[in-house]
Amino acid sequence: MINLTINNMPVKVRKDSTILAAARKIGIKIPTLCHFELDCFSFEHRIGSCRICVVEVEGRRNLAPACCTPVAEGMVVKTNTLRAINARRTILDLILSDHPKDCLTCEKNGDCELQHLAGEMDLHHVLYEGKMSEYQLDLSCDAIVRDLDKCIMCRRCQSACNDVQTVGVLSGIGRGFRAVVGPADLMPLNESTCVFCGQCVIACPVGALTEQNCRYKVWRALNSGKHIIVQTAPAVRVAIGEAFGMRPGTVATGQLVAGLKLLGFDKVFDTDFAADLTIMEETTEFIERLTKNENLPILTSCCPGWVKFLEHQFPELLYMPSTAKSPQQMFGAIAKSYYAEKMGLKPEDVIVVSVMPCLSKKYEASREEFSPNGIRDVDIVISTRELANMFQEAGIQLNKLEPREYDHPLGESTGAAVIFGVTGGVIEAALRTAADWLSEKELKDVNFTAVRGSAGLKEATVKVAGIDVKVAVCSGLGNARRVLEKIRNGEARYHAIEIMACPGGCLNGGGQPYIHGDSSVLEKRAAAIYKADVDLPIRKSHENPYIKKLYAEFLGEPGSHLAHRLLHTSYKARGHLCEVKND
Amino acid sequence: MSCGDCPDGRKFDLIKEFPEKTKQLNDFIDALDIGPDRNRNRGFLIESLHEAQHIFGYLPRSVQQFVADKLHLYLSEVYGVISFYSYFTDRPVGKYKISVCTGTACFVRGANAVLEEFKRLLVLENGETTPDRKFSLASLRCVGACSLAPVVMVNDQVYGKVTAKMVADIINECK
Repeated sequence: MINLTINNMPVKVRKDSTILAAARKIGIKIPTLCHFELDCFSFEHRIGSCRICVVEVEGRRNLAPACCTPVAEGMVVKTNTLRAINARRTILDLILSDHPKDCLTCEKNGDCELQHLAGEMDLHHVLYEGKMSEYQLDLSCDAIVRDLDKCIMCRRCQSACNDVQTVGVLSGIGRGFRAVVGPADLMPLNESTCVFCGQCVIACPVGALTEQNCRYKVWRALNSGKHIIVQTAPAVRVAIGEAFGMRPGTVATGQLVAGLKLLGFDKVFDTDFAADLTIMEETTEFIERLTKNENLPILTSCCPGWVKFLEHQFPELLYMPSTAKSPQQMFGAIAKSYYAEKMGLKPEDVIVVSVMPCLSKKYEASREEFSPNGIRDVDIVISTRELANMFQEAGIQLNKLEPREYDHPLGESTGAAVIFGVTGGVIEAALRTAADWLSEKELKDVNFTAVRGSAGLKEATVKVAGIDVKVAVCSGLGNARRVLEKIRNGEARYHAIEIMACPGGCLNGGGQPYIHGDSSVLEKRAAAIYKADVDLPIRKSHENPYIKKLYAEFLGEPGSHLAHRLLHTSYKARGHLCEVKND
Repeated sequence: MSCGDCPDGRKFDLIKEFPEKTKQLNDFIDALDIGPDRNRNRGFLIESLHEAQHIFGYLPRSVQQFVADKLHLYLSEVYGVISFYSYFTDRPVGKYKISVCTGTACFVRGANAVLEEFKRLLVLENGETTPDRKFSLASLRCVGACSLAPVVMVNDQVYGKVTAKMVADIINECK
């Protein structure tokens, strides 16, 4: 342990601590901008490039960046001297000299760390005026918008993209005034190997990376006179409350439904219903592959970011993922067939809106295989943040609403479905059903706790009906890459692997309310999901009465011909380079 | 945005087009001490790119991707390095690479007028190559021959005390 003093207060910290961490320990806040940390995944981006955290260290000639200066025995640190404060103001001034001042109309308004900093640092005018960056807005993909004029070169997105996700699309390019973070050759994102996980959006402190705004499409659809229905993903209900002052970890399912009804949706349904359906199809496929002992391991296929990652990076393993569509797409397919038929409507007269914790879902819904006969199964996808924004615009105060229930028939779900929102949840849900089906009796203890927790890679051997089933659970694509490389090289063997692109699973998706590095929020969201699971009367997908009815009335049985046509998909190798067009 | 494979907009894959050159680059990188550790491999990136540019003349996206794959690096990282150093280029360079020094000494002795004359006669902007890939035009900062200012270099040949009037003759010498 190391002893030092900060602002005359003694503090004892571990040897590998930084001044920033030591100051936090005794409640002293040092402003940061490029620094980004998520404790629960042991991830820290401390590049020290913005210098906004400079402090005075006795005996040192220059100011020291607190975020990347290690502590030393007897160190004397002052964080609030006039010299440090003036230096910070100058640094902020210089950053702002090449940053647009259109905060009022910026997508990040109210959630921008640079904006907060300018407020805290008592800056009243920008001293330096000069040339401003002028880049073209990248609107090429359905998920993410890049506005490089706003980039402050903190490289948090680069760290998320390369070090955490190993997607490797974003890098610092160019030099001097023309330096910026972007893909090679500043190519449009849709030509790159980007999987649209949105971890860069979560990491960006400013408005350089944001989601594609689809709110206006929803407003238009709500006023179109067509039959409009909405589905809500599991992770949305445990996060949306945060935007309305509810404590992180509040399960706001009932208020969410009430809010959506107030917005004017004809029916409010649940993606969880489709998650139960996914379990029916995926588990059927899993049991078939397990009993034949072929094409193992089976990989989950609910996460579009992960699926695209596989298509780009491991094209030789495309036989591994389950062919089951994701819950979002299963919902869309059922809504435009079974549900439309029941309602006496044509598929094109039903508008399906999804509320997702995810940005990649926007891309997934636009994949051409999900538009049979040119009609999209899912018409519009908005993120949790976007829905919160719509509620705010409509004056709907979620925290003041009386809870309401989902509509039938696509609103009934089980505990197995709600845990899709957290890493380990899909495999646990599948195991609950597999255990019942394989043993032909009812499992009493449905909790497979070995696959829970926020660790990026979890392995467990679970006894299911006398069989030792070896499972792995990965969250974060870097972890997925490591496991897949082992499988490819024959160094590891599993029966089933769940993979989610975002560290921690969907509750940390690219479309969730910003947490600004406070990873305790993620832990609370995870706890809330498991609470929602326990609170539900039915906790196994195959016991969902409306799922049973759907099979009895329409699909036949899991894996039937119709189920395959509506609920299964295929994958294609995408390779590194974008398709080179000859023109 | 063009990926720079060809100035007329037509794109092709240099790696597939020139198997001999690709083999040469492949052998060069194989002789380096490349391992599975990306962070370590980064140390070999610049020399690999040097060799690649020496072999192919420039570094279009297909060559960048080839080097990236060999070193287990990301395309964006490789492009990051190429875009940082002015030595590297992802656009094809002409047979005659004309460099006009616009360093301090050359600048005060009229390098700008020389550069403008080259631009006018070759119908090129600074940093561009003619469609027939005969001439490339670039300005650079100080070649260390300030006593000869303004200085122009055509490939490895140095022209000193250049005036705008001499530009046409310099171009005509390039056959």
